[in-house]
Amino acid sequence: MSATTAPVTRSRIRISRAWAITLGVTVGLLVLLVALGYGPAIVDLAIWFVEFLLSRPYIILGFAVPIAYGALCGVMNERSGVVNIGIEGMILSSAFTGFLAGAYLNPVIGDVPAALVGVVVAVLTAMLLSVLHAWLSITVMADQIISGTVINILALGATAYFNQLLISTTDVTGAPTLQGLTLPEALIDLPIVGPLVNAVFGQGPIQASLIFAVIFLQFMLFRSRWGLRTRAVGEHPKAADTVGINVIATRYRNVILGGVFAGLAGAYLTLESVGSFQDGMTAGVGFIALAAMIFGRWTPVGAFGAALLFGGARTLGQAVQIDAPPGQIGEWVASWPAQIFGMFPYILTIIVLAGVVGRAIPPAADGIPYDKEAN
Amino acid sequence: MTEASAPAGGGMGGMSVNATALVGSGGGWRQQLVGTAIAVVLGLGVGALLILLSSALSEEGFDPRLPFTAYAALLEGSLGSMRGIGNTLNATTPLILVGLSVAFAFRAGLFNIGAQGQFFVGAFVAAVVGAWIGLPFPLLLLLSLFMGFIGGAAWGFIPGFLKAWRGAHEVVVTIMLNSIAALGLNLLASTWFKDPGASFPRTPDVHPEAVLPILVEGTKMHAGIIVALIAAVVVWFVLFKSTLGFEIRTTGANPNAARYAGIRPSFIIVLTMSIAGGLAGIAGAVEILGITKNYPAEYNTTYGFDGIAVALLGRVHPFGVVGAALLFGILRSGAGSMQRATDIPIDIIFIVQGAIILFVAAEPFLRKSFRARRRKTPRRAAPAGSAA
Repeated sequence: MSATTAPVTRSRIRISRAWAITLGVTVGLLVLLVALGYGPAIVDLAIWFVEFLLSRPYIILGFAVPIAYGALCGVMNERSGVVNIGIEGMILSSAFTGFLAGAYLNPVIGDVPAALVGVVVAVLTAMLLSVLHAWLSITVMADQIISGTVINILALGATAYFNQLLISTTDVTGAPTLQGLTLPEALIDLPIVGPLVNAVFGQGPIQASLIFAVIFLQFMLFRSRWGLRTRAVGEHPKAADTVGINVIATRYRNVILGGVFAGLAGAYLTLESVGSFQDGMTAGVGFIALAAMIFGRWTPVGAFGAALLFGGARTLGQAVQIDAPPGQIGEWVASWPAQIFGMFPYILTIIVLAGVVGRAIPPAADGIPYDKEAN
Repeated sequence: MTEASAPAGGGMGGMSVNATALVGSGGGWRQQLVGTAIAVVLGLGVGALLILLSSALSEEGFDPRLPFTAYAALLEGSLGSMRGIGNTLNATTPLILVGLSVAFAFRAGLFNIGAQGQFFVGAFVAAVVGAWIGLPFPLLLLLSLFMGFIGGAAWGFIPGFLKAWRGAHEVVVTIMLNSIAALGLNLLASTWFKDPGASFPRTPDVHPEAVLPILVEGTKMHAGIIVALIAAVVVWFVLFKSTLGFEIRTTGANPNAARYAGIRPSFIIVLTMSIAGGLAGIAGAVEILGITKNYPAEYNTTYGFDGIAVALLGRVHPFGVVGAALLFGILRSGAGSMQRATDIPIDIIFIVQGAIILFVAAEPFLRKSFRARRRKTPRRAAPAGSAA
């Protein structure tokens, strides 16, 4: 991975080739299975799978929301050339402070305002940690992996410490949770469209905003002046500097704004999803977010797709336990332990990183501090 | 600790960690020691501020002496008795080994965030070998330790190989492998390798012949510390007194120069990650054979991540790692006593740990601005907005 600047168009060709391979292998496998007489069983499985997708889209999207927001934070950072492995710690911290604000303000100002203030507090927390990360990795030029590690260690310790001090040992019960729109029954009952609309709009405002955030960021990154500058700074900061783009300021802005997404991921966990906080509750979601970002090749839409895939794998892991798919293959899949489904995102990411199914190429200047005076 | 700091100019094109930034911004080991000491004091200061905060929030009222009471209780618990010292050294042992693992990889310009997963694999392999194979005393123990090394090395080989072969960044691959190890071993320990008689899913206890002997009667101090110290000396020798070590450090400082000098960076990368993985694997093996005696399916430790902190605080030097591990071992083994004496949550030591590393990471900047202020010259590191 030397400092070559890969042309933007090349990655597109690679993606299509990757799809061709995947599609070819899948079709080949299907033909083979049908030839061996497994045709009807496959049809049964396919029906089961479609029913699974249609019955639980809100669960899949629910798992995908914190992953996708975390991945958007990663995209914002890495597109401008700053590696951020502290997303996990940022999500955990903002989940905690958001919960804290919501829980303490709930009796004072009522549940909906308290939850909204909680979201704002969560976002500000992640932005504050992003300022620390930006300062360490851009100004101090400390190693960016170390900076992220520091944030993760501090977040884990500080949230556990203050959780014990301010929540566990006091009579604070829970934070209010944000509710979604109450959609008309007739709309939800519509086939196919109903469950999808319900998954997006019926669950909560942070979940509903995700799709707009993804589309907005995708548009901004590839169709706006800001996006062009961001990508220039991430690929070739020296060249960007030469044409008058302020590399340092661009990176600061991107890292700090990226914190907004990590904050929303944290707020989602405590203020929309469960309404309580446990020590270390993120349980690696920030790292899965990194995986989703890479899997989506540093694009918002790709990262969102990867987050859906990972969320789907997790939901599938639960679904086969509750309602086993039909046939022998179904029984066999149902006998897989939950850990197998849990490993799925990580194994998939390694395969992509290893370039077996298309190559994952990060921005060329990713992780390298910009030193104006260096040659 | 006689070697000079690594030459400048690492970090080619995202290829490697900037080893110079890790080892410190120039200066000899004396200067580094002073810088480290200041970072430790500042980290403890952050902890003291938080203790004061918790004191202000408590019902007993504000007690300005609470930080001193708390740190005294911590020291009393970790060093005040033979039992305490035994527990401290037991906590130090795996920290030394994972710290060596991370430091060893750092020297080749590699970031081994995967010490956590390698720790798990080494622990699991050692637990299985110790429980399933029958051999007399020192042989089974040595075999279990060795297989722990091999297990960790295999888990470290994967990211090394993927980096050398396909350029896959070792940080991301090892993060993924950490989760895969935790989940996969959870599966193995709760299915095929499960102890049928256990009340919760775990592997069977290892044979007594595989257990690390207790060194001092009446304490829990096991022989793992000897393993760790030997490993530190071996790592020091390999890194600074052998040809391989020279090649590793050259690759870390400047991969292009290394290639020019006839070193094959890809070979060094794979070998270094394997050895680093092996060191973390021994850490896991020592923890199993000395403390837990079996591998619980829900094995919950953060030793691998602590290894990063230990390596950084120890300035990526084997002997520095031993000192840093001892400091964190003291914090860890005394935290319980501190909580019992003062009601301050144990987790404060992780904040202190994080703060210390934060100050170590920010040291070059702090040093520069401190000097600039003392000289009263206007030239300071440019603030954020006005640099370009």
